[in-house]
Amino acid sequence: MATKHSRISASVAIQAKGLRKSYGEQQVLKGVDFTLEQGSILALLGPNGAGKTTTIRILSTLLKPDEGSASVNGFDVVKKSAQVRASIGLTGQFAAVDDYMTGRENILMIGQLYHLPAEDLPERTRDLLEQFDLVDAADRPARTYSGGMKRRLDLAMSLVASPAILFLDEPTTGLDPRSRLALWHMIKELARGGTTILLTTQYMEEAEYLADNVIVIDHGQVIAEGTVSELKAQAGAERVEVTLKRAKDLHVVRKLAGAEASSDEETLMVTAPARKGAESLYELLGKLNTAKIPLESAALRRPTLDDVFLALTGHATEEEAAKEAKHA
Amino acid sequence: MHNLTWAFKDSVVLARRSILHILRSFDQVMSLIMFPIMFMLLNRYVLGGAIDTGKVSYANYLFAGILVQTLAFGANYTTINLAVDMKEGIIDRFRSLPMHNAAVVVGHIISDLFRNIISGLIIVLVGFVIGFRPNASAGEWLLVALLAILFTLAISWLSAILGLLVKSLEAAQWMGFIIIFPLTFISSAFVPTNTMPSVLRVFAENQPLTHVIDTMRAWLVGTSLDNSGWLSFVWCIAIIIVSVPVTAWLFRRRSN
Repeated sequence: MATKHSRISASVAIQAKGLRKSYGEQQVLKGVDFTLEQGSILALLGPNGAGKTTTIRILSTLLKPDEGSASVNGFDVVKKSAQVRASIGLTGQFAAVDDYMTGRENILMIGQLYHLPAEDLPERTRDLLEQFDLVDAADRPARTYSGGMKRRLDLAMSLVASPAILFLDEPTTGLDPRSRLALWHMIKELARGGTTILLTTQYMEEAEYLADNVIVIDHGQVIAEGTVSELKAQAGAERVEVTLKRAKDLHVVRKLAGAEASSDEETLMVTAPARKGAESLYELLGKLNTAKIPLESAALRRPTLDDVFLALTGHATEEEAAKEAKHA
Repeated sequence: MHNLTWAFKDSVVLARRSILHILRSFDQVMSLIMFPIMFMLLNRYVLGGAIDTGKVSYANYLFAGILVQTLAFGANYTTINLAVDMKEGIIDRFRSLPMHNAAVVVGHIISDLFRNIISGLIIVLVGFVIGFRPNASAGEWLLVALLAILFTLAISWLSAILGLLVKSLEAAQWMGFIIIFPLTFISSAFVPTNTMPSVLRVFAENQPLTHVIDTMRAWLVGTSLDNSGWLSFVWCIAIIIVSVPVTAWLFRRRSN
């Protein structure tokens, strides 16, 4: 019994129990619980202001919870903060690099502050510069770097001490698609090497690409937990979506699309559940082709974060709501 | 390794960072070199002729005043650099590391010391060029250097408090000027205090900058010392004793 118990606790990298935090009147976290296994990637998914960053700040010892407890790598984040700090790396929402220092100097400095043996540092730094594709820029001040390069340097700095657990707070926010993809590959590579990763994101596709498990968080509470496909299943199946060229076709197309189809007269869009995935789209397009109905566009739409939110909470994400309010 | 040893090593790492900022920032290099030269020349040649400093030549009188003013302005960079650090993501990175948190402040203070030593040497050189002729012994020069270092530490710790209180870089810059300009002008830095209106005069003659300036001036060119000698040391040490715990408290408060 005892052996079994200790084996279970040894495989847990992060455990959060009933985390609560308020700023004045505003309750940012209202009891957050979750567990993260060693070597896996967990994404905290949620809109702005959901409490993602606050959770990361508590787990990385930057902030004390009002209530509840958390352990990281087996150490309590409040009582054993020094041990926690020695086992984590943190890449915050804003690139935390020193603009006046070169990439190499930045990495070296962080290594020194992690109290790594001085004789290992030059080699470790060289390896990281190589791993994150910064060799050519290594001896230029970081203020000359692009956004993507700064992010990569930031990540390299978090990894100097080869931490068992890595926190990434919105790692790709503000990056162009190419840099984002490059960073995704690098994060995946780290997880393959055994690093446990907790990341926050607003993007469904990011969670889908990177995470083994997802926790959806809204208004300071966990509202759903599972793999991305489980969450999508909750949000309903994929949908076919066609946009028409002529308003007069709307009625006919809606009939052709089946009993569950819905249409919008303003956008000339008809949507219907795609029970058979791409096959459903193919079928509908066949029918429309036979009926000689011109189309503006046709697509198979996967459920987005907003659909998941809508299904889970009955309301859209705050941003989506704000967008709609603007249109109204 | 011992906790204090790490605290010291971490501080040295961050002092190196802060010193690199000085050397690699055009603004900081220019202010480091130009500021003392400009003030020295303006005071000596624009105001100097109209100021009566008695038996002491104005160049001899002015030297200690400009030195202390430059040291005080140098410390304003602790306010600015700390305010910038606290605002940017890098402070979260430092705080998430297993390093000694005090090093963030101590690093800037050590680099202030570095900056002020260079400024001080520039002032001595320019001083000789414009007619400063001290009659100090080697021992007296050593005492001046010691007091300059102690004064830098005192005012840097005070500046650290400001740096943790202000919310923006602009405020940090203004705070320095709003506090340091009046303090250096309402003192014995550029003119003898005996022509000031009585309220100003009482303030000028009893504030720490005057004590430090009068002490250095006495050692360098042989003006009278009075109580300023020991008062200047008492002031500096008292400021350090008070501001170190206040800084530590503010840093913890800002962090949470």
